[in-house]
Amino acid sequence: MPQPKACIAGIFEHPTRRADDKPLAQLHAEVAAGALRDAGLSKSDVDGYFCAGDAPGLGPLSMVDYLGLRVRHVDTTDTGGSAYLVHVAHAAEAIAAGKCNVALITLAGRPLAEGMGSGLGLRLDNMPDVAFEAPYGTAVLNLYAMVAQRHMYEFGTTAEQLAWIKVAASHHAQHNPQAVLRKVLTVEDVLASPMVADPLRKHDCCVINDGGGALVVTRPEIARGLGRPVVSLRGSGTAVKAQMGGKVDLTYSAGRFSGAAAFEEAGVTPADIRYASIYDSFTITVLCTLEDLGFCEKGRGGAFVADGNLISGVGRLAFNTDGGGLCSNHPGNRGGITKVIEAVRQLRGEAHPAVQVPDLHLALAHGTGGSLGTRHGSATLILERN
Amino acid sequence: MSTPRDITPPQPTPETAPYWAAAREGRLLVKRCNACGEHHAYPRALCPFCFSEDTVWEEASGQGTIYSFSIMRRAKVPYAVAYVTLAEGPTIISNIVDAEFDALRVGQPVRLAFRAATDGQPVPMFAPASEP
Repeated sequence: MPQPKACIAGIFEHPTRRADDKPLAQLHAEVAAGALRDAGLSKSDVDGYFCAGDAPGLGPLSMVDYLGLRVRHVDTTDTGGSAYLVHVAHAAEAIAAGKCNVALITLAGRPLAEGMGSGLGLRLDNMPDVAFEAPYGTAVLNLYAMVAQRHMYEFGTTAEQLAWIKVAASHHAQHNPQAVLRKVLTVEDVLASPMVADPLRKHDCCVINDGGGALVVTRPEIARGLGRPVVSLRGSGTAVKAQMGGKVDLTYSAGRFSGAAAFEEAGVTPADIRYASIYDSFTITVLCTLEDLGFCEKGRGGAFVADGNLISGVGRLAFNTDGGGLCSNHPGNRGGITKVIEAVRQLRGEAHPAVQVPDLHLALAHGTGGSLGTRHGSATLILERN
Repeated sequence: MSTPRDITPPQPTPETAPYWAAAREGRLLVKRCNACGEHHAYPRALCPFCFSEDTVWEEASGQGTIYSFSIMRRAKVPYAVAYVTLAEGPTIISNIVDAEFDALRVGQPVRLAFRAATDGQPVPMFAPASEP
């Protein structure tokens, strides 16, 4: 086994879910401080900074100024909600290349406080596709719904099977005091929730909330000296999939490619993974991703997720044991960072005892940013406790 | 469908103006590449398959089938968004109009229809095709 390139030494999930009283930059600073505290490092140790396109002002320039950083490496890759997993991979590459030693990654968003609903805060005026979508009332919701509709048509996936994904998330969220939804749901509860965009119901959707998170990535020599369990990056993959010039195929995601790349680099297979953080903007996002990552055959995701198979301590694969975006937290409509955070908690043995997977050495975190129904970026990380 | 939905006007650019001009004449255009022969959508100046600049407008038949769809139930005026696969090949985002939403099915044949955006620009959409 080669020496890992980099380790995730610090994690922090902002406890807020509604930040009327805090501007965006302050949230970034609070999560940055939290992750550095968690790592046992200080701000002066940071020499690399990562944020996505939704950071305030002129991105890294405004944030480096506001946070008072002195950096020699910045990266603002934006693949929507999956960007923060890409940042982990890029931070590891930058560290391996000697471009920085301690990389700070921050996310914050205030969709509730700013009244932006499920938007991603993108500029729409110069997007080439917008004239061919906006007149038709496309939205994050109905685009993912069309993925679900097609999946049902092609593979016979049912609303009950999708509901099991929310049920599993709710079983985990009951143990998370900060979760937006802590009530344990049944399949019947999910099916009884109102249809919002056929075939997706209200409970097929994630929560919308303010919040943020941060990660500190550092080189293994530094991580080992911090007195914390060492979690390293063993493999990563990134891919983008879109409408392919009109050859639209909604039955699979870019996770097929990002997952294959991550598993190959890590030298492991889905059979080795007992905990996975899977981006869960909607139930269909999880189902499609599990197939694309190879946890089951394409089209068999419905059967795979049913009957509690994603509930920790019950099923074959524990997923999103913090309650995920479906029940706990989808900060700024960008849930990638919380996927990494819960995977690190699991590997450290710091998840809630009721959902902690015992003797865990490998975990997967996967992000899906943008829209599965049009264009999206997938990122997969395979993390290991050393 | 008593009250029409407010349709956001498209913003034509030099690259896409002919598409919207044709829509004002009740025609749907698709782009085809003279170099590789592929149709593509949405329309670009450079072919997204081979990057040739030799792309031309062609009039589509207006026939298609529903690839997928979703009904926005909670909108002020509920509407059906869909991917429609054109007879020419490309699959495009559209709306299904003049339809019983509960009767829509993947694979259903549809034909070209138009609805005006709030600025009057006709926007290509689709309606269920009459039974063969």
